[in-house]
This record gives sequence, C-alpha cells and structure tokens, in this order.
Amino acid sequence: MTHQIELIINGEHYELMVKANKTLLELLREDLDLTGTKMGCGTGDCGACTVLLDNRPVNACLVLAVEARGKEIVTIEGLAQGETLHPLQQAFIDHGAVQCGFCTPGMILTAKALLDNNPNPTEPMIRRAIAGNICRCTGYTKIVKAIMAVASR
Amino acid sequence: MLPNASGKVVVTVGRRVKTRVEEEGKIEEINVELPHEDLPPWEEKNLVWVGKGIPRVDGFEKCTGKAKYTYDIHLPGMLYGKILRCPHPHARLIRLDTSKAQRLSGVKAILSQENAPPIPWYNDSFLFDRTLRCVGEEVAAVAAVDEYIARDALDMIEAEYESLPFVVDPEEALRPGAPPVRPGGNLLDGKPIIYSRGEIEQGFDEADLIIEENFSTQVQAHACMETHGSVVNWEGDHLTIWESTQGVSDVREGMAKALGIPISKVRVIKDFMGGGFGSKTREGKYTVIAALLAKMTGRPVKLMLDRKEEFYATGHRPSSLQYVKAGVKKDGSLTAIYLRSIGACGAYETPLFPSKFSMIDALARPYRELYHCPNVKTEVYPVYNNIPVHTAQRAPGHVEGTFALEQVMDQAAHQLGMDPIALRMKNYALKDQVEDFPYTRKALDQCYQKGAEKIQWEKRNKKPGEKKALICEGIGMAGQIWGGGGGPPAYAIIKINQDGTANLLTGTQDIGTGSKTVFVQIASEELGISPKDITITLGDTETTPYAPRSSGSRTVPSVGPAVRSAAADAKRQLLDLAGSILDSKAEDLAIREGQIYLKNNPTRKIPLKEITQKMGNNMIMGVGSRGPNPPQAAINVFGAQFAHVAVNTATGEVRVLKVVSIHDAGRVINSMTLNNQIEGGIVQGMGYGLMEEVIWDKGTGIMLTPNLHAYKLPTMLDIPEVVPGVAEGSDPANNIGAKGIGEPPKIPTAPAIANAIYNAIGVRLKELPITPDKVLRALKI
Ligand code: FES
Ligand code: FES
Repeated sequence: MTHQIELIINGEHYELMVKANKTLLELLREDLDLTGTKMGCGTGDCGACTVLLDNRPVNACLVLAVEARGKEIVTIEGLAQGETLHPLQQAFIDHGAVQCGFCTPGMILTAKALLDNNPNPTEPMIRRAIAGNICRCTGYTKIVKAIMAVASR
Repeated sequence: MLPNASGKVVVTVGRRVKTRVEEEGKIEEINVELPHEDLPPWEEKNLVWVGKGIPRVDGFEKCTGKAKYTYDIHLPGMLYGKILRCPHPHARLIRLDTSKAQRLSGVKAILSQENAPPIPWYNDSFLFDRTLRCVGEEVAAVAAVDEYIARDALDMIEAEYESLPFVVDPEEALRPGAPPVRPGGNLLDGKPIIYSRGEIEQGFDEADLIIEENFSTQVQAHACMETHGSVVNWEGDHLTIWESTQGVSDVREGMAKALGIPISKVRVIKDFMGGGFGSKTREGKYTVIAALLAKMTGRPVKLMLDRKEEFYATGHRPSSLQYVKAGVKKDGSLTAIYLRSIGACGAYETPLFPSKFSMIDALARPYRELYHCPNVKTEVYPVYNNIPVHTAQRAPGHVEGTFALEQVMDQAAHQLGMDPIALRMKNYALKDQVEDFPYTRKALDQCYQKGAEKIQWEKRNKKPGEKKALICEGIGMAGQIWGGGGGPPAYAIIKINQDGTANLLTGTQDIGTGSKTVFVQIASEELGISPKDITITLGDTETTPYAPRSSGSRTVPSVGPAVRSAAADAKRQLLDLAGSILDSKAEDLAIREGQIYLKNNPTRKIPLKEITQKMGNNMIMGVGSRGPNPPQAAINVFGAQFAHVAVNTATGEVRVLKVVSIHDAGRVINSMTLNNQIEGGIVQGMGYGLMEEVIWDKGTGIMLTPNLHAYKLPTMLDIPEVVPGVAEGSDPANNIGAKGIGEPPKIPTAPAIANAIYNAIGVRLKELPITPDKVLRALKI
C-alpha cells in the first residue's frame, strides 16, 4: 500500500509516494540519497538516525515516513549554508568532538534541538539531552566541550 | 644493520635486512628493504606542525553528512544481500530447501553449501558448512531487489537440522566427557600454552608473602556504530569492494585467495568507517558471500549486517578465568608470578592470525613483562565452546590480564603496608625479560609520577575502606604495557604539483583515529608545505602503495616513518630543482612554510610555488618506505592510569569521578587526536569495568544481549572527567619518534577502577563487570 505525502526537508518541499511500512530513515537515505543520517541499530537505542521533526529530535528509524506527512524535517545536510558551517558543526571540528564520525550527525542535531530551545543550558542539561546518542569512539568528553562552547556564546 | 641516524643519503637499494615486528602480541621476523635515506630525528625546536592539535582534515565531511561510509554506497541496479543463520549452538544441516524462496518475486540469487564453492574458513571449516558450531553461523544467503524481500526470502528457506550436544561454559568444555565442539578435543592443540622462566617453586619459597586470587572477565562486544558489511561490484573480471575495514590490503589479499583471482583484479576501498576496534581486520564471510552473489546475478550487491548479526557474527573480546599466585618479599620485590587461565575461543580459533599463535595467550603477556620478576610461569588453556569465534578487541589479552595482575599488585602493596606506586617502582623492569632485549625507551616512571600528582595520590584513603558512609570515595591506579612499536613494510608516495600543492598516497586507512590528519602533519613538517596544501588519499588498494592494517596501535609508527621518508625524498628533488634554478647548491637550501630559503641566510627566500611552476609537467614524486626496527631491542608503549570513584554502599552503584591517564607513546604528532584516543579508550575501559557484558544462555547457546538496549554501553551520563597526558620526549625506535596510542588507554582502566573501589570500601571486586549487585554482595561478606 503506498501513500502520497507532502513534507519539507531541509527547506525544500517534496511530494512523494511512500509505502506504508517505510521508515523516515529509509525514505531519507534510500529514496532521497540523504545518507548523512545514519543507522546504528534500527531499534531506537543509539540515536545515530536523529533528525529534527518540527524542531524536535526524533529517531528516524522509529518514525514511519507517513507520520512525517505535512511536517518539517531537518537533516545534517540542511545545517550548513554552502561552505559556511553551523556553529555546532564548526565547534565539533575545532574541539575534536568527531572521531569516526558515524554518531556525529545525530549528535549535532540533538544538540541543535537543545540549543534552539535553551541557548544557555548547563553542562548536566547538555549531558542529559545527548544521553540517548551513543558514541563508541570519543568518550564524549570533547562532544560536551564542543556543545558547551556554542552554548556559552 | 641499525640505521645510524647520520642523515646521509646511503645507497641501499636492494639491501635487505631482517627485523622484528609486533602486532597484537604476535612477533615476527621479516625481511625488509632499507629506505633510500636514513633520516635523523627532527629537531624539537624547529617543529612547525608536528605536535600541534590541528583539527581533523576530514572534519568537514563528517560534520556535514558528506562523508560516505560503506553503508552509504549506492550503485545503480544494486541488490541487497541477507544471510540465513543457524539457530542452534551445534547442529548438522540435513536438509535445505530454497525452492519457495527462489520463486519469491524480487529474489535474484540464493547461495548455500549446495552451490557455493568450498572455500576454506576457520580451522577446518568452510564458507558454508554442514556442521554448524554456534548460533549465528552462516547457512545460506539471498540477493534480492530490496532488503524486505531478502528478509522474506530467508523466512521461506526451509532448513532442517539435527541437533548435536553442545557446551557453552568454558570450564565445562574442558571437563572429560564434555560434548566435543570440534574434532580433536576442546583444548586448542590439546595442550596449554606454557611460558616459564626461572624456578617458580623456588620463587614462592623465597617469598615472605603469597597472594592468591581468582578473577573472571566477561565477553565484551566491539559494538562498532557502523556494522560490518560490504558493497561489491564486478566489472568483467575486476572486482571492486567497498568494505568497512581496518585493513584494505588484507581484504584484497583475502578476497583474491578466497575467490581464486589475481590480486591485481581486486580493488578494496574504505573511505570512511564507523569504528572497528579490532573486529574489522580482514574480510568476513559476508564479503565473500556478497562477491559470490554479485557474480551470480551480474549486479552489484550490498550486504550490511544488522545490529543483531553484528553482536553474533563479528567476534568479541573473549572471556577469561584467571587464577593468580604471586610471591613478594617484605621489601616488595616480586619473587614469583604464576598464572593459570582459561580463555574461551568460541567454536574456532580466530581467523585473524591463521598461523600457530593463539590470541587467548595474549592475556599472559603483562604477567611476563610488566614487572621485573625472575620466576614466572603462565599456563593458558584456550578452550573451544559453542559460541561464535572471538577476535582481537582493543588491546586483546592485555585488558583482561592487567585487570587481574594489577589488583594482585594492589593487594600485595596493601598487605605489605606499601604505597602501590612504590611497590611498582621496586619491581620496575628495565628490559624485556621474555626476549632479553633492552627497551628503546621506557618512561613509565614518569607516567606514575605525573599521574600521581594530577590525581592527588596522597588524598587516597590510607586504610582502604576506613571511612564508613553512604557514599565512599577512593583512589586507585594501575599500569600497562603494550606493543605499539609498528614496523615495516609500509610505503607512501608524495607527488608535488606545479602549483606547489602535494598529494600524499598511502595504503593505510583512517578508521576514525585521525591518521589522515597525522600523516598530513608529518608530510607538512618534512616538506615545509602547509597541511592545507596537502591532500591525502588512503583506504584504496588500487591507487596507493601497501601499508598494513590498522591494528596493534601500529598505524602511526608503521606508516608515519614511510610518509616522512617519502616527503624527504620529494624534498630532496625539490631542492635539487630549486638549486639548479637559483644557482645554488641543493644542500644549502631548506623549505619552511612554503618558502625555499638559504640555510645560512633565511631572509633570502623564494616561494616554493615559483619553483614548482617552472616544472611544467615534469614530475616530482617522493617514494618512501618504513625502515627496519632497531635490532635487539623491544619497543613498547607504557602508561599509568588513576581513577577516583564514589561507591554508593546502599545501592552498590559505582561512579567514576575522574580518570588521569598518562602514557609513554613517544612523540605526540597531534595532541588533539591523541587525547581523543585516550578519552575514548578510557570510556571503553570503563564500560568493560562496570557495565558491558555479552551474556550467553548456557542452556541454549543463545545470546541474551544482542542489541544496544540489553548490552549496556556507556553514555554521556556515565563519563568521568578525563585528564589525559603523556611522558615527554620521543622514542628512538623510528624516524618520527612516535609509538601507538590506540589501545593502551583501555588497558589499565578497569583495574584502576577496581583498585579505587577497594580503596573506597575495602572490598576487592574480582569479577567483571563490576555491577551494583556484585558490589553489594561483596560488601555483605
Ligand atoms: S538507528 Fe535509530 S536509534 Fe539507532
Ligand atoms: S565518533 Fe565514532 S561513534 Fe562517535
């Protein structure tokens, strides 16, 4: 069974036919080639697939594409303006918050949602907000620092 | 044989020497050709780029979603592969009917023991075997137009098995009459691996104090965020493989061999990958299966494992049981160390090292090498059991062995009333006692000292568990020894372009550690060209010369010297050219920050670009190789870690507040990526120490933790403050002075935490992971 949906992704308007069982993650990665959104588990445990759905971070592996109908999605590809990076992207690079980079898109988007809501979070608030995003490489220290650096601006 | 660091160009082409190279504890003598030039160490005060914490050269791609991982590769007409896996811990496949699956629309090929070539795998098994020795072993595979259809097709394959007796518990597997996992008995090669020096019994007789303890360590999963997998494409008889791997050359060699095709026809590409930690060192069955399915269908095939398969079928850190007995004199000197240990191989010996070398024995190495001790005996029993095969995981063996050994040392110090650091200094090993070689450098004393200052060692409880409170705090420490010296062979090429930029090519890979950035820095330093003007290509076997797999913390010390040697070769040619244009002697010229200048008058300079512009299409190509390691010397990384913990005596919960981590890894090339390695290693070590555990149901052989929900990984809420650091100076072992840092920080983390817990509550936790239930149980005794 396919459905017609309309949605906005990174500011662009899309009209798409999707199968009822297709996840938002599959739609982004497979149909639209937006492969910046990663899959680490497919079961909502790792946060690698985080995208913003109407400004809220969601695990795209747990959202059906049809549920995104009429909504606004932001993926990692939608953050930079050309070569100019979003402050969080720049801070992740400058602070060494990236190793293999697989968790990075999800981390950055979760952090963006936090800072959009609360530009001055405390360190414990940052840790709590990002606790659903698993990173196996960095040990998190530099990720917290990168987000703190943007928050304190 | 040892290059004499004279800096002179020596004509050595064709001169081959023998050298000793270590990887994950496996030592080999190999022949190596001497590089063109024997480079003297860099002059510390002149360093421009080396040592700086410059941000990763690929940070932009990774932070914008542009970085393409294997999992992101999509080719036109691509099919999706899926693998049917055995549900039994030990069984014989007696019937396989794929006809229904075959008829499902969208299914393009099915592969199984019936139509696959008998490609040898493991000890004496095959890609597809009728005898299956663990849950998760490969039975058949499907290629279909999408993943859903492929999965449906797996459900439609009818497989009938005859169950065979099985054993999951390694101790049970060793008992007489235990179900045989494999022909030839459950003990690898039928005997323990024994190492012995001195007279162990005499050593115990000389001791004033004997410590005897039993320890157990669990199975740890690698849990790479990107699962294992491949995308393969045949163009005629040429095979291209995108593989999430730590060793593009190893995959190329392995695939050529498995498929019986020339190495020249196989190209392996790994641009970005989501972690490996030892589990992605060579091709997997899935790689070969993908290639065969692609051949059958004439279409590209993508085969990525899902998270459950990742847990089951990609290896793990093996579990261990360790009985340790140590003898010490009143003054603290060790008289004897004895270890008897059982390590669980899983159903096979790891395919990582197909030769006669058991990685299970690696846990005995710290016992033999970390301390000076005349009488040492280690007796290791690698045992087969019906779980999937183990593999290397970040500092294999050393992590398990050090957990026990360093607690024994702590216990000895406590019973002797000595400072644990003083006890370690009393037994400081000045040479490699197994090989009887001196170390090229050992600055562990500096690590102890620096670490003690940073954690405020004097603030630990003088008497362990002296304070009775709801929350008890304590401080503990542990040391480590690791290989990490690297070695040949490894090659690099640098091409200088007309506009003064350069391309650096080498066949290694950046598995997330930052090696791309480190190699660019090394080339920049030697060439005098800014990092932004150097583009690096690696992780592609077709376009780059050979470099080893990224394992054993050896990427930087193996490949770095080759990069420097290539840069030096290119520089020599550049200065020759500049000399002829400027009418001066090449040896009077130098390059720095893109300027060529006269050594004795640095104000006379000319931009490098002006020289290279005159080259036209003439090429400057620097070729470099990794020279031999110094003869008769051991190269090791050392370090000490200190943990400050808080134990909740009502809930048993342990919080790690702070970890100080100081290592002797030689020269630091990039301080930021070095700190990344330390911080990441500590958090993996903390996960190992406190929460991570793969649990097998002994009654069924099924894994109870095959997802990221049941398998507990540290999150941002768990992490301590980490204070990373190094022992200053460089190691004369190679021309860049650096050793590896990837694995070492993981080694002493769990024992430092355990010793800190002891310091806090006066109770020793000897079973990993140290979960609250174990703490509470221990407290009640
Ligand atoms: S892939 Fe969605 S949470 Fe892991
Ligand atoms: S950087 Fe590798 S998982 Fe976070």
